[in-house]
This record gives sequence, C-alpha cells and structure tokens, in this order.
Amino acid sequence: MSSVKEVLTQPLLHNNPIAIQILGVCSALAVTTSLNVTLVMCIALTSVTAFSNLFVSVIRNHIPGNIRIIVQMTIIASLVIVVDQILKAYAYEISKQLSVFVGLIITNCIVMGRAEAFAMKNPPGMSFLDGIGNGLGYSVVLIFVAVFRELLGAGSLFGIEVLPLVTNGGWYYSNGLLLLPPSAFFLIGLFIWASRTLIPSQVEEPDFKIQPNTETSGAH
Amino acid sequence: MSANNDSIQKTLLVAVLLCLVCSIIVAGSAVSLKPIQVKNKLEDKKKNILAAAGLLVPGESIDEQFKQVTTRIVNLETGEYATEAELGKLAEAGYPVATFDQKKLAKDPKFSEKLAGSEDPASIKRQEEYAAVYLVEKEGQIDRIILPVHGYGLWSTLYGFVALEGDAETIAGLGFYSHAETPGLGGEIDNPSWKATWKGKQLYNDSGALAIDVIKGKVDPSSPKAKNQVDGLSGATLTSKGVANLMQFWLGEQGFAAYLASFKEQGV
Repeated sequence: MSSVKEVLTQPLLHNNPIAIQILGVCSALAVTTSLNVTLVMCIALTSVTAFSNLFVSVIRNHIPGNIRIIVQMTIIASLVIVVDQILKAYAYEISKQLSVFVGLIITNCIVMGRAEAFAMKNPPGMSFLDGIGNGLGYSVVLIFVAVFRELLGAGSLFGIEVLPLVTNGGWYYSNGLLLLPPSAFFLIGLFIWASRTLIPSQVEEPDFKIQPNTETSGAH
Repeated sequence: MSANNDSIQKTLLVAVLLCLVCSIIVAGSAVSLKPIQVKNKLEDKKKNILAAAGLLVPGESIDEQFKQVTTRIVNLETGEYATEAELGKLAEAGYPVATFDQKKLAKDPKFSEKLAGSEDPASIKRQEEYAAVYLVEKEGQIDRIILPVHGYGLWSTLYGFVALEGDAETIAGLGFYSHAETPGLGGEIDNPSWKATWKGKQLYNDSGALAIDVIKGKVDPSSPKAKNQVDGLSGATLTSKGVANLMQFWLGEQGFAAYLASFKEQGV
C-alpha cells in the first residue's frame, strides 16, 4: 500500500500521466491557448478523476468483471455531464470556449486509466487522492504549455496584456503558430525532454536495438 | 472480489442499479441548474447586442443597461414590424419576444424557408421569416438600430450583430458572438481595432445601391469607394469574404432592405 504523500506527488513529475504515460494528450492540445480556460479544464478534469476513482472504488467489490469497463464509463460519463452543467451555470463565458472539450473528458484516457488501474484495487480514500494527484499531474503539463502559448502567442497571461502587441500599438509581434494545436506538441515534447533529463530513470530501454554488422551480411 | 459477482443476476442487478443512480444524478443536476443557464445565455446575448452598438459599460449590470433597448420583431418579407396576430402566432410556437430565439427559428420549417444555392451567398441554407431588431432611443429619436446577422466564414457560421446609426445608413459598430475561425487569422474578426474600422462606413454608394464590402488589402482613402469599404484581414481572405457576403445578404433585398426602407420613411 502506498502512502498518502506518494499517491499525491508521484504523478506530478515522476509518473506524470501526460509526460510518462502519454495519456490525455488530445485535450492538452485543444484547451491550452489561454490560461483561464486551461485552469478551468484542469479543475474539471481533476474533479472528474477524483470522484470517478472514489465511486468506482466504493463499489469495486460488487462490479462484475465482465461489465466493469461499462460500469466505469457510466460513472465517468455521468460525472462529466454534471461538471458540464455546473460550468454552463457558473462559468458561462469559459464553458463557451471549452465547448466540446468538457464532454470529451469522458474519453480522456487518464480518467479511465486511473479507474481501471488504481481504483479497482484500492480503498476509496486512497483512490480519491490518486485521482487528485493524477489530475494535478495533468494540470502541471497543461499550465506549462498554456503559459508559453498564451504569453508568446497572444502576448498576455490570464487575458491581461503582458507583451503589448503590434496590432494594439505595442512592439511585440505575436507568434501565430503558438495559437495553433501543433505548437502544443512541441511544448509537450520539450517538457518530456526536460523531465527525462532531470530524472534519468524515466528513460525507457529502447524497444529495438540495431544488431551489429556480421561478416556475412555484406553481400548483395 | 467474490466469484458470484459474475453471475447473470448480479450483473443485471448492478447494471440496473448503477444506471438508475446515474440517471437520477444527471437529470437532477440538469434540471436544477437550468434556470441559471437560461439566464446566462440571455444575458450573454444582451451583452453582445450592447457591445455591437458600442453602448456596453463593463462592470455594470447587463439587465440594467439593456433597459434602454427595445426589442421588436420584423417580418423580413414585408419589412414591417410583426402585427399582434403574428406575434401571437410566434409566442404560441414558443418564440415570445422576450426570449426570441432566432437561431432556433431559422431551423423551424414553419417559420423558415430553404434557400437555393444561387440566392444563398452567405451559405446559411435556411432563412427565417422573422427577425428580432433592437432599437435604442435617445432624446425621442432612434439612435441605434441593431440587426442580427449570420453567415458562413471559413470553418464555421459567424453569428453577430451590426449596429446602424439612426439614419439607417451609417454603421455604428459590429461584433460576432459565436464563430470558430482560426485564432490569430480569421479569429481576428474579434480584434477591436479591426471592428473599429467599420465605424462610420456607409452602406450605400452615391447612386444609392448597397455597396458595403470587405476588400483584400488596405482601403485606399482617396478612392471614391473608400466610404463603403473595409480592410480585409491579412491571412484570412475567406473569412473576410464570408463577412462581406453575410453583410451584403442581410442588409440587401433578402435581408433587412425592406425594413430599413420603411424605417427611413416612417422614422421608427
């Protein structure tokens, strides 16, 4: 059994769901053009992961093995709808910008991955914390990406102008590439590089090794 | 995990119970939050109307500010305000003036018409028969006429409002509240400095024909057409074209031309 601290902090860097497990990348590309939107998405995903882990864990001893994935999906989907409704009611502007991506939390691999890998085997309290930990791990990467994209792409942070844009009479030429989804790939790539340089144990063994040349292989 | 979890009875029981609980939670949250969501939507629309007219004061209550705006329903074909009978018919079908949903109306076969390809430059496919217009009065005179417009850009349908001065010929402002154009390129239709270039533009040229247009590149201020033309957005030719098309459609014969003509005649 892992300790509370480990469950909460491991996913931040050492076992980050995006950087190490490469899960949930789709929404990391889509919702990171501005920090406000990103933060709301992070909160939404963290709460869905935490509560789906909690509920799956509570009923884990009664879930029949052959319908367990459907049971998990049903719980996750219900939670996502509830979150979407709450956002529409209390954060209307941001929910408009998030549009379908709140709904797509259902298909985010992190949520289901944690339900299947952790909550099915661990007690509710620990599962809840594991959900929070993984949600925070996801948030770390998203916020990292969003800071760069909003600052260099739109010259602002949280919608407040930091680098005055040429179009508004300032000096900063915004980098349009950073507002487009591919830039998030580059940033996530850089994040993974940085995290593996800091913690070399994250580097996997290569799947294939090129065999050395043998004497007989030179012929055509 | 006990072995009898996988029996058919237990599987069915768990499935049914889970569905029941989840559906109650989902339905409960949807129903209980509905009133706030409807209010948000309505407020958002009012905010956009005020913003297009250049009357929005940030930080103040939207409802309070919207009190200066009168909503009227116009029959697009005749250009007259909808009569009591027409309003009654609309209210009965679920479109009362206070929460007039023009987007929904455009999809309702009872109140909309299919447009053939040639008469549909803005690519909206169906056009509604009634439209809501918003009037702002100042010192007994109509000061702003705010008209809803929509049409296709590059990726998405742009929904917005265009505000005219009381003379029904000069543009006072415009704004789009819903679109999905590329951020940084077509998305620049939201750029305040581009929107400001619309202010003061004339709808009609010297011979009285509708001439408002978005051109490629910069407008030459010495050209006689300059008063009808707006700079295109660089890197967003198709979105700019879409904006020009939807303006020409909605301000032209198929759109509000009849209404604007009767407005000029009667002054209301």
